[in-house]
Amino acid sequence: MKPMVTRRESTAFDEAAARLKRRRLLRQWVVTMVALALASVWLMPLLYAGVTSLKTRTQAADSPILPTEIAVFEYEGREYEVYEVPVDGGIESWALVNKGRESSEFVDPNDPEAGLILWEGRWRTLEPARSISFAWGNYPEAWEKINFPRLLGWTVFYATITLIGAVSSSALVAYGFARFKFRGRGVLFMVLMATIILPPAVTQVPSYAFFSWIGWTGTWLPLIVPQFFANAYNVFLLRQYFLTIPNEMEQAAAVDGAGPLKTFVAVILPQAIPAMTAVSLFHFFFAWNDFFGPLIYLVSNRDLQPISVGLTLFNGVYDTEPQLIMAASFITLVIPLVIFFFAQRIFIQGIVITGVDK
Amino acid sequence: MSTVNEVTDEASRKRFRRAKSDLGALERKNGRYGWIFISPWLIGFFLFYLLPMAASAFFSMLDFQLSVPDEATFIGADNWRRALFNDPNVWRSWVVTLRFAVINLPLGLAVAFGFALLLNSEYLRGKNLFRTLFYAPSVVPFIAATLIFSQVLNSQSGWVNRIIALFGVDAVGIDGIRWFDNPTLIPITFTFIGIWGVGNAILINLAGLQGVPTSLYESAAIDGAGWWRRMWNITIPMVSPVIFYNLVLGLVGLLQYFLQPFVLNGTTGYPEGATNFYMIYFYKQAFQFAQMGYGATLAWILFFVALVFTIVTFGTARYWVYYSGDST
Repeated sequence: MKPMVTRRESTAFDEAAARLKRRRLLRQWVVTMVALALASVWLMPLLYAGVTSLKTRTQAADSPILPTEIAVFEYEGREYEVYEVPVDGGIESWALVNKGRESSEFVDPNDPEAGLILWEGRWRTLEPARSISFAWGNYPEAWEKINFPRLLGWTVFYATITLIGAVSSSALVAYGFARFKFRGRGVLFMVLMATIILPPAVTQVPSYAFFSWIGWTGTWLPLIVPQFFANAYNVFLLRQYFLTIPNEMEQAAAVDGAGPLKTFVAVILPQAIPAMTAVSLFHFFFAWNDFFGPLIYLVSNRDLQPISVGLTLFNGVYDTEPQLIMAASFITLVIPLVIFFFAQRIFIQGIVITGVDK
Repeated sequence: MSTVNEVTDEASRKRFRRAKSDLGALERKNGRYGWIFISPWLIGFFLFYLLPMAASAFFSMLDFQLSVPDEATFIGADNWRRALFNDPNVWRSWVVTLRFAVINLPLGLAVAFGFALLLNSEYLRGKNLFRTLFYAPSVVPFIAATLIFSQVLNSQSGWVNRIIALFGVDAVGIDGIRWFDNPTLIPITFTFIGIWGVGNAILINLAGLQGVPTSLYESAAIDGAGWWRRMWNITIPMVSPVIFYNLVLGLVGLLQYFLQPFVLNGTTGYPEGATNFYMIYFYKQAFQFAQMGYGATLAWILFFVALVFTIVTFGTARYWVYYSGDST
């Protein structure tokens, strides 16, 4: 083609291509800028929480945007406030030593040896120099006041033990639905899926009455035991995954004389590690957030409460100390956020499978 | 109801066909192992679903105070009569809940779809980074997100009001925008908190968008269809199953909205009952007052409301949800 094109046509073509390329670049720039602006608005509450958690109590209550303090400078054993002083060469940050009506004496913190500097003008018109100071102490204070080790401990305990129960039982059930043919399988699977939209409230009242009758209220048992009997979300996701594993592997195992349970443990589970990881992550996040159950069963027993309930009570007591509440919120969100960043891919795939296949 | 059955029949037939081709003689022989494998769920379903549901139906006909279980008496339909006709709080809490759902649901769906469109744009650079950033708030524990919003929307020191004030609105302070004290604003305030966590819906929408065959857009481009036409005639119909899924789950979730208002206002309903959601009222009756009978009745009413909404939503599906031949 190329040699056929005359020189004039070729330049016209190049120009058109360049125009297209410019238009493409412009669009890329606009779309990416829009995304950037949206992302900053979207993440602003996180930044706000971070900044507020580093303010002192007074700063948090009415507050400059950032946690700032008026800067001070120590000169000859005494502390003096630093002001922005306009001089010939621009604006200097000087510490005010001797206050006068029409003129005052300052000292330059960068060069205290030079001694006092006389400045003509009213010091009251000057802006104090502010420097950012972070109140890191809020974190240890919140940590101790809320008794975080205890709350976190219970949440981790609950998440771990129910993770083992929910994931292993769901894997068994999912395998049963994925690989075995039995009467009523389709109907049972529909029933299982329908439990997703059943409001838990319907079973909560009699369950509560029953657990209180056998003396389990005020303990973790009513929250842990039911988790060992599989749930619809996990079963669905794992079943979808098991369906993609080729049948031949199980047949080979069967020829070698392995029973179904052994085949499942030795052949299928090792293949399903990505799906198992995704389900485990979801369960972890569920447990971290779980609120209604722990609230009704543990409201009377402060010593056993998880973070979700503990933080709610803390919010009620310390509502005049927003900086502590923000520090506490930050401690609470850090672990899930870090886990998410490290396990993103598996996590996102899992959500897509549950959402799109259903 | 018929549409629900049609949809499920279609799905189970497909599943059955696939299952039949998958299953060799070996598995057919081992059919009873299927029951063994699903037995954890069968037992759990019986113990933690069927039995409690039956008990709950029975409870709803009792006057049953948990503190004095021996004095429980059978009162027939009294609880139901009270909840449906004589307890104005039930209706008020439904108004609060549904008004919130009407505002939250369309906004949430639209925002999730909009973000997914943006993340799917061929012009966006750094897609993975933006996907992570938009998803990140969804892993923030609900309790922390609620507390953070209670501060960032604070009328005095919150940044939201300060940003609004930059546009010349008198937003800050006692006479400013009081997100948590103004009953009219409450549904919008809580919608903000909810929309922050639409990450899952964004990802599912995004996967739906990526699944639209490019050939459709190519032929539309040849026909000279513009952006809007492609959006209405290709994109939205093709991702409508995903939107439908988000709609059903969102609706059922919103009917049971509890954590955020409870964390901020307990069962007080502050301001002026605007946070008296149905689940809050249920919690108050069933677990604060330990009224097992009336609580069970309220739970069943929630169940029926959720059922009616789900059936109606499924019923509308045939008019707007498009299932192409090969989608699962």
